This record gives sequence, structure tokens and C-alpha cells, in this order.
Amino acid sequence: MDWINLLTPLAASAVIAAIPLMLAALGELVTEKSGVLNLGVEGTMLMGAIGAFAVTVQTGSLWLGVLAGIAAGVVMSAIFAWLTLSLMANQVATGLALTIFGIGLSAYVGRPYTDATIPMLRDLPIPGLSSIPVLGPSIFSLNPLGYLSVALLVAIAWFLYRSRAGLVLRSIGEAPSVAHAIGYPVVRIRYLATLFGGAMSGLAGAYYSVGYLRLWQENLTAGRGWIALALVVFATWRPGRTALGALLFGVVMALQFQAQAMGIRIPSQALASLPYLATIVVLVIISRNRQTIRLNAPASLGKPFFAGS
Amino acid sequence: MLDFTLEPRPSPSRTMRLAMPLVATLMTLIGGVLIFSFLGKNPAQAMAAFFLAPISSLNGWSELLLKASPLCLIALGLAIGYRANVWNIGAEGQLLLGGIFASGVAIHFDGHGGPWLLPLMMAAGAVGGMLWAAIPALLRVRFNANEILVSLMLTYVATQLLIYLVSGPWQDPHGMNFPQSINFSRDALFPRFFGDWHWATWRGTRLNASIFMAAAAVPLAWCFMRKSFAGYRMEVGGLAPLAARYAGYSEPRAVWLALLIGGATAGLAGTGEVAGPVGQLQATWAPGYGFTAIIVAFVGRLHPIGIVLASLLMALLYLGGEAVQTSLQLPKAISGVFQGLLLFSLLGCDVFVNYRLRRRTHAMTRDA
Repeated sequence: MDWINLLTPLAASAVIAAIPLMLAALGELVTEKSGVLNLGVEGTMLMGAIGAFAVTVQTGSLWLGVLAGIAAGVVMSAIFAWLTLSLMANQVATGLALTIFGIGLSAYVGRPYTDATIPMLRDLPIPGLSSIPVLGPSIFSLNPLGYLSVALLVAIAWFLYRSRAGLVLRSIGEAPSVAHAIGYPVVRIRYLATLFGGAMSGLAGAYYSVGYLRLWQENLTAGRGWIALALVVFATWRPGRTALGALLFGVVMALQFQAQAMGIRIPSQALASLPYLATIVVLVIISRNRQTIRLNAPASLGKPFFAGS
Repeated sequence: MLDFTLEPRPSPSRTMRLAMPLVATLMTLIGGVLIFSFLGKNPAQAMAAFFLAPISSLNGWSELLLKASPLCLIALGLAIGYRANVWNIGAEGQLLLGGIFASGVAIHFDGHGGPWLLPLMMAAGAVGGMLWAAIPALLRVRFNANEILVSLMLTYVATQLLIYLVSGPWQDPHGMNFPQSINFSRDALFPRFFGDWHWATWRGTRLNASIFMAAAAVPLAWCFMRKSFAGYRMEVGGLAPLAARYAGYSEPRAVWLALLIGGATAGLAGTGEVAGPVGQLQATWAPGYGFTAIIVAFVGRLHPIGIVLASLLMALLYLGGEAVQTSLQLPKAISGVFQGLLLFSLLGCDVFVNYRLRRRTHAMTRDA
């Protein structure tokens, strides 16, 4: 059947495109649940992408590369955390600064690597399941990073809603002064949540450069960090919905590449704009009801906390 | 043991507010020395190549003004919005749309121009930027959609629109298939200081009248922020939304004003580029001024005079990056590293505006 030949690659590329979005969005979700708004995801992803790519080229090891990507993400978010949590700098401004810094620094560090090639991260099809029509090749034939992402999704959802530490984290995002009064170290936990978010953004960037595109160029992520931020709002701060939203965006992005095969004849620039336009539409739909945002967003999101006051 | 703690000041320190940008600049310079030593370059030589070589000639000063003026113009518009807590991050897209609209006028009237053409292009550029900024304004006011994300997404859409135009309907038929429009006619270009006006001092430089837009915008922005009721109202709305609402100020109005002003200045800056140093519409004519202007606005303390100084500093960082690219074989992306470093330093130093550093005493360690 013809539609299977069209849908199978579409589903497969949708899932692949969705994974880095989901990783970055899940990381930011944890950060935001603690009350910290880190707008530096795009810059952090870029640093993760070049960190992973450069180390892979240098060492020949994809896994060392991935670790380097994660480390780069942690370092970037550490800068953010120090400025906003210890020095109480404006979170919006610092996040923007982090992205501008990341764009510049990744372009600078990545200069020698623009023509480099790296080995491929092999797909590991699960016997049997991967031969299910349409969905099999996309969901049950991921590379190890893909499976790791699914495991992280489950782990984060469990942590936030089923563990005591997750409860503490959420309470700090809702009412930091109360949590402080009870004796929880608000700033330290916000540090950890921010660093975790950075690690996830770094991993997302690494997935992008070494697990998916296998190349480096300036501004490789092309705004996907920002789309991930929008995804958190879209998911109303829920892990499951974050994954669904990422898949939805994955489909939109995959359409961009599959459109020609499907015989859709519109300018390629219009197709390339699609994910960004979709983000706007989705934001509008979700934000329309102020109540949804107000009830779901962590109450102290973006507000600095000073323990001495 | 040296143990310091932060203590809130009763009121923000004015001295610190003025001193911290200088401290941050100094820290950036120190950071520069460290970076260059780390890269194995002689720091003194590298710093001289980065910060002094670009402005050691008249041509360098002209390039400095050419780069600083769009940054200044955009940052002034953004600062008015940021003061009201409206975060327009999409100035880059609004700049592109301004350039596109102005170019549309220039291309349409090519060969039929007159002295009216340039003012018409400026109006078109401002309208283009405002239209692009009106989208996040409308979506924020009507649907509560976050203006940071919407204005930013529109930047990527604007880039695609630009590429479509210069490689499609507006492509120069005699342009060897380069993604660019025709060269604008003389009526569609800002007069040059030397070429058109014969100002001999500026012989050989690219300086043109587009820089007067930024020069005019500085006092206008100052009056708007400091003297006008609308500006005051917006600022109160940003600082204390509840009090503002109580006083009857409308938030939607502030959002609209903030975004439209930002869009207009970015659109004008776009016009200044395509009808100034660039002279045509190209696929890659905008070197990220819309993003750098965000840093300029912050480093300039959202204040017109500060923004003038910050835009000059940031333009110097651009030029320095280009200078070390040729003289020290360093990629010019190093400019972005310096710009980020400057903003980080400033944001970090800002803590001293609202807090003072206190040596922790024994009596105080109890509650730590």
C-alpha cells in the first residue's frame, strides 16, 4: 500500500526529530518546577552539540562525546545558576545572555569542526516489535540515545510525582519561603534542578549533533531550544504531555522533509517556517485560558529568592 | 575564615548603578586577557589588535558609528519595552521585515525615484517592523501568549521570508543567481558623507546619513521615558502591575506601545542597513544586530545615554572580532564571546546595586 510507504518514514523522522525537543523540554520542566526560568536552553543546546561533536571527533568515541555534551550543558547552566541564584540577577536577562553567549562560543569553538565526520550511532531494533507496520521502525528501532530518552521521560515523571524529593522540588517552586521555613535548602535544590536542566539540554544538543545529524555547523539547533521552552508551556508543566507535544512538533518537522515525497508543492521556505508557526499557534491555543497557565505554572517561576529576607 | 554574606540595601545604590557597568567592562577586559593567553596569543598584542587597532583610523571610527547606530536605535526601542516588563526578543525579525519593506519600495520605484523615495522607504521600514511586532502584541493582549517566544519564533519565519524573496520574486535577474535583489538606485540610498555631501573629512569612508536616525532617536527616547506621561505610565505598569491597574493604567496599552515602538525602531534600523551600507536586499545582510541590541539595552541600563555608550562599546567588540580575524587568525565569533562575557559580568555585578557584602559575624552565623 502506498500510504505505508509514505507514513513509515514520516513517523520515523518525526520520532527522531521529537527526541531532542523532548529531552531539552523535560530538563527545563524540572528546572521550572523548582521556580527557576532558564531561557538559555538554545545556547546550552548549542554548547552541548559542539561539545559532543568536538570530543567525538577528537577521541573517536561517541559515548565520550555524549558525556562531553552533557558536561557542557552542566557548565552552561552553572553559569546561569550562579548569576541568578547566588547573585540574584534577573532570570530573563541572564537566560538571554546565556543563549547569546552560547551561540557565539559554539560558533567559535566549532570553527575547526565544520567539515569533520563522525561514526554513526547504530540503531538497535527490538526483534519482533520493530516489524510492526508504520510504528515499528519509528518507535522500536531507535539508537541507544533514543531509548535512553524514553527511560529519562519515565524516570522524570516518576521522580516529580511519585518521590519525596520530587515533592520537595515542586513545593519549592510553589512556595519557596514556606519550604525555607520548614528547613529545606531552597537555593541548593534550585541549583540542582537548574544543573539537571542544563545536563538535559546538553544531552539534547549532543543527540542533535552526534546522534542525528552527525555534523556541526553554526547555529545547528536553529531555534529548537526555544521551541522546547514553548513546549513546556504547551505541556502545562507535565512530563507526559511534554512527550506528546514533542511528537507533535516532530511530525511538523518531519513534514518539512517528507513533503516533497508526498507531492506537496509549496516553497521550501514556507515548509521551513512551519515548526515556528506551529509553535506560535500552539502557544496561543494553550495560553488563551489564563486560568490554565496560572493554575499549572509553578507559582514562584522566575522570582528570585533571598533567604535572608 | 573569610565568610561573607549579602545584606539587602534599604534602597538601591545610585553609585553602584553607575559604577557597575565600568566594573563589568573592566572584568570583560580581564576576561579578554585570560582568553587570549589561553589561546596562546600574546595578550597585550591581542588586546591592542582587538580594542585599539579598529579605532586607530578615521575609517575605523566611521565603521564604529555605522555599526553602533543601528544597535543604538534598536536598543532604545527595546529598552522602552523592557522598562515596562514587555520582553520583545524578536527585534532581529522586526529588523529583517523593516529591511524587506523598505527594499520592496526601492525595488518597486526603481528608476522612477525622487527625493521623496527615501522618506517613503523609512516609513515603509518602520511599518514593516511594527507589523511584525504587532503579531506578538496582539497574541499577548488577546490570547495571553508569551511575547518572548512568539517574537522569537517570528524571527525564524522572517529569515525564511527573506530567503524566499531574494531567491524568488525579488531576485536580481542579472545577479548571476546570487540570492540578492537589484542594487538600489541613488534616490533609494542614504546620502554619503563624502560621496554625496563632499564632507572632505570623511573621504574614503562608508559613513552615511542613516546614522542620524539613531542620533535623533536618543533625545526622543529620553523625552518619552523621562518626560512623557505615556512613558511614566508604562514604567509604573512594569514595576508594579497591581498598583498600575489600581490607578487605571491599561496593561494592553503598554504592551502595544512597547512592541510597536520596538518594532518601529528595529524596522528603521533595517531600512538604514539596506539603504545604507548594504545598498540592496541580500539573503544575509543582517549580522544579528537585533540580538546584540538586547545586550546593548541591558548594558546601557535601559537608559538612553547608557545605551549610546553601550552601543559604541558593542560595535567596538564587533570590529575587534573582525580585526583579530585577519591579524591573529581567530574566528570573528570571538566577538559573541566577549559580548556574552560583558553581559554576564554586568548581571553578576548588579547584585551590589541592591545588596551589600557583609563580613559574617558570629552572631549572624546562627541562622545560616
